[in-house]
Amino acid sequence: MEGEGIGRVETQRAVVFDSDDPLVLDSGARLEHVEVAYETYGTLNDAGSNAVFVCHALSGDAHAAGIHEGADRPGWWDNLIGPGRPLDTGRHFVVCANLLGGCKGTTGPGSIDPATGKPYGLRFPQLAVRDLVTVHRALLRHLGITRLLAAIGGSLGGMQVLQWALDHPGELAGGLIVAASARLSAQNIAFSAVAREAIMRDPDFANGDYYELENGPDRGLALARMLAHITYLSEESMREKFGRRIQDASAPRYGFEVDFEVESYLHHQGASFVGRFDANTYLYLTRVMDYFDPFSDPVGMQRKIAAGDTKFLVLSFDSDWRFSSDHAREITQELRVAGAPVTYQEISAPFGHDSFLMPVPAYHRTIAGYIDQLSGESTATEA
Amino acid sequence: MRPDLDVVASLVGEGVSVLDLGCGEGELLDHLITRQRCSGLGIERDVEDFHACIARGVPVTQGDLETEIELTEASSFDCAVLSLTLQAVRHPAQVLEQMRRVATRQVISLPNFAHWRLRLDLAAHGRMPSTRSLPYTWYETPNIHLCTLRDFEFLASDQGMRIAKRVLLDEDGRPAPRHTRLAANLLAVGAVYLLEG
Repeated sequence: MEGEGIGRVETQRAVVFDSDDPLVLDSGARLEHVEVAYETYGTLNDAGSNAVFVCHALSGDAHAAGIHEGADRPGWWDNLIGPGRPLDTGRHFVVCANLLGGCKGTTGPGSIDPATGKPYGLRFPQLAVRDLVTVHRALLRHLGITRLLAAIGGSLGGMQVLQWALDHPGELAGGLIVAASARLSAQNIAFSAVAREAIMRDPDFANGDYYELENGPDRGLALARMLAHITYLSEESMREKFGRRIQDASAPRYGFEVDFEVESYLHHQGASFVGRFDANTYLYLTRVMDYFDPFSDPVGMQRKIAAGDTKFLVLSFDSDWRFSSDHAREITQELRVAGAPVTYQEISAPFGHDSFLMPVPAYHRTIAGYIDQLSGESTATEA
Repeated sequence: MRPDLDVVASLVGEGVSVLDLGCGEGELLDHLITRQRCSGLGIERDVEDFHACIARGVPVTQGDLETEIELTEASSFDCAVLSLTLQAVRHPAQVLEQMRRVATRQVISLPNFAHWRLRLDLAAHGRMPSTRSLPYTWYETPNIHLCTLRDFEFLASDQGMRIAKRVLLDEDGRPAPRHTRLAANLLAVGAVYLLEG
């Protein structure tokens, strides 16, 4: 990480769909009021050609970089975004928005349903990756941006980039897809299923209508997060970080309470997640990932690719077993067979799936180089 | 562009899809994409060269070509290129076989280890020859499978590949003068082959 970072930032809000212009979802369902929480960094140039959209993953939010007033930690992708960083805010206009269905300011299951005056809960419609993209595009219209220099995202974020490029040829000069999958494996779905079960079997879940109750499904959500967190790390990174060390003691206590450091860490992950995340959002967004399968119609997909001019960068990490390099290779292969230019690199990093959030030098170098090249091309076109 | 790559480019042709195995800095692919309306993909192991490809806007996979080509879908390219690289792979025959599987045509360039200067050098000094195009000491060379033009032609024929065209190269990698053909395996410094089938 270089330089000082962006400094103070604030999350902004925009209403992007209303009753005059409702959001029609992929399923056909409608949302009469959609508000988006977003942040922007840097300045849009006169040609409007330097915008980069950051798509966040399952548990992310609009606060990708910089520091909120009173906060002690910067945004979740601050190591990538800022002056002199791979997404250089001195040259690029970076936009990040909380996802539809989210719980960090964008309309989601915790928002008030205008029809009932109460939170949606499980009456919120099921979503598809396509719907997340529809809302990103509405935000860009609101900001006066018609074409992106690039969209970038890791994990569920990468899925949005892929769907975006397929559905809207001509809108992305570059699509940067990191640690993502175009088709969850049975094992992936199995982990999501257990996480959802943990939430839904919590006695305080109240079938999703817990917003106005004293307690929500905190235990279930914590458990879901603990389970998922295991899949985000690698065996190596857990061994490095915790080994078999005992928490706050020199000898094992031989009981069922937390004893090993790794247990304590997972409990901490679970507990802190409960404070910042909504259980229903967890259900909706994990389901979005389960059903994502953009290459299921190869002919339609090839037509879409042929119509577009997006150049792709696909990256994976050798220690990621949640979305292993096989997932990235499948994306790469499908796009290439359809005729798209795709650069692919498997990066060596020990942090498992979470590597995409880490300041791994080889990884950042590739992102920076790729963005520079896109940027050079776009400048050459304008000249 | 390196003169031998001009020869390679002319054998690849216009408007075809090309897989360049060991594409280096992407010079050939850049030329093929921008000047010859080709679509292309490079495979390159070296990370600096990989970044040079990105900087040129050439699509590339970072990785070992022998691993990557096995993961490449059958018949997914019109033409597979291997320029001055066959001698550096672990399993040359398997690489040829894979090139044939993934592409309908193959363009391969190689140095000729039977060039008279190398023969003379070996005869006179009794040590592994070192030349401008093969400058390494025997213990450090990446060229672990050097061969002569005749050796290569036998291998291609054993593999059932037809040599559709052969361009002999001189010291500078340019097409060699006509008379070189009289004793190609003695006089040519290298050659570029177009193989089919």
